[in-house]
Amino acid sequence: MEHGSFTDNSAATFSLTDEDHTLANSVRFTLNQDPRVTFCGYSIPHPSEARVNIRVQTTGDPASEVLKDACQDLMLMCRHVRSTFDKAVEDFKASNAVKAMKIDSNDSSDSEESE
Amino acid sequence: MAEQGEGRGEETKFSVWDLPDVPMGQLPPHLELQRTRVFCNKDAPIHTESIQYSGAYSSIGVDNSVQLDNFCKNFRVEVIRLNEDDIEFDMIGIDAAIANSFRRILLAEVPTMAIEKVLFANNTSVVQDEVLAHRLGLVPISVDPRLFDYMSENDQPNEKNAIVFKLHVKCERGSPRITVKSDELKWLPNGSELVKESTANSDSSSKPETYTYFSSSQESVPEFVKNPIAPKYPDIILAKLGPGQEIELEAHAVKGIGKTHAKWSPVATAWYRMLPEVILLEDVEDELAEELKSKCPVNVFDIEDIGKGKKRATVARPRSCTLCRECIRGDDWEKRVALRRVKNHFIFTIESTGALPPEVLFTEAVKILEGKCERVITELS
Repeated sequence: MEHGSFTDNSAATFSLTDEDHTLANSVRFTLNQDPRVTFCGYSIPHPSEARVNIRVQTTGDPASEVLKDACQDLMLMCRHVRSTFDKAVEDFKASNAVKAMKIDSNDSSDSEESE
Repeated sequence: MAEQGEGRGEETKFSVWDLPDVPMGQLPPHLELQRTRVFCNKDAPIHTESIQYSGAYSSIGVDNSVQLDNFCKNFRVEVIRLNEDDIEFDMIGIDAAIANSFRRILLAEVPTMAIEKVLFANNTSVVQDEVLAHRLGLVPISVDPRLFDYMSENDQPNEKNAIVFKLHVKCERGSPRITVKSDELKWLPNGSELVKESTANSDSSSKPETYTYFSSSQESVPEFVKNPIAPKYPDIILAKLGPGQEIELEAHAVKGIGKTHAKWSPVATAWYRMLPEVILLEDVEDELAEELKSKCPVNVFDIEDIGKGKKRATVARPRSCTLCRECIRGDDWEKRVALRRVKNHFIFTIESTGALPPEVLFTEAVKILEGKCERVITELS
């Protein structure tokens, strides 16, 4: 839900239900990184209500577009985090498998020598 | 080593005209240090905030915005330790806001299966029904929650959204007390075996109505053929029975998230800490080096021989520093040692309770954050 004025769409408050600090704080981060944003912040009006208000003021672009771009950025960041993480885990597992194999082969060579 | 030089440079007298020009598009070293490090001083940590605003340094011509390709270039993950239950990895080049989101999602929003409904047929033990039901809820179940759907309020329990366990233990008269453990929970792949009373009385020839509506056996699902559904640990104590006491019940597990109840949390804990950085601002030698080494309770410092019977302290294991600040306690020590934390380097640890391996939990958490963004985007457009 968007609260703003009809004449000036460069400033608006977005009220998101079923969200909390988890999304709002990371979106605030990506919003702050956007040079078009002059001000942004978020608040949770009441702790027992699952709702967060995100305020966005821009240099002129529509606030909703800027917020959308911020979410897009966050999503792309997440995607990159996921691929990097998956690759790191894969590499770690592969290198461990190689290590285990080396130990095994050492053992077998030792046993061969003893024979 | 560069930081050591700066530390000394600030103390000596110099003329401003001798200073080299600050290169454009780059922060002066002291500001760069404040931007990237938390200073853990004797009294309190300072510069703890992360500078997020893109125009924070615009007055000196520095752009503080993180472009996406820049982020992609600098972001790194290094796995330190990985086994069946936990993972420790370094996440480098990310802001605390996002790292914290991952942590929060891991704790509260990654789904698992947990026992939600317990139907008691008989309970003559000293453990009351509601206490036993609560204990059963906390038992981790080793099953992939991605194979199940959420059960909403007016849904009937079926093979896609519920797992049924049976527990029937009796302690015979004259025998010693017995301990009921989680391995007594037997999976019922065909659903509930308790017959609803209303239908039991009516003399219809069709199958009697039970508390679940399974249309097929869960045993036919290929994932469950290899590893049948069971509690993750067989030795969790559920109750104790005296002679003549009996428990007969049926437990229904459903999918849920940690936000609703902590029993659905897929992690024992998930936490991160920033990488500690220990810097010696000047050479610490001989007795002082010995003192420094003995001050540190986690053995961060080592002593090296530099010849002529002289000894010098070195920082050998900064990673194990707990920032207890013992090394900067006492006169002048703050001038010799600097304790800092690297703001964008997170040592992330995830301890899984067993439903999913820890590395899968993390990717699931990231996917959930992506899903949240997607929801906002679709709502806005």
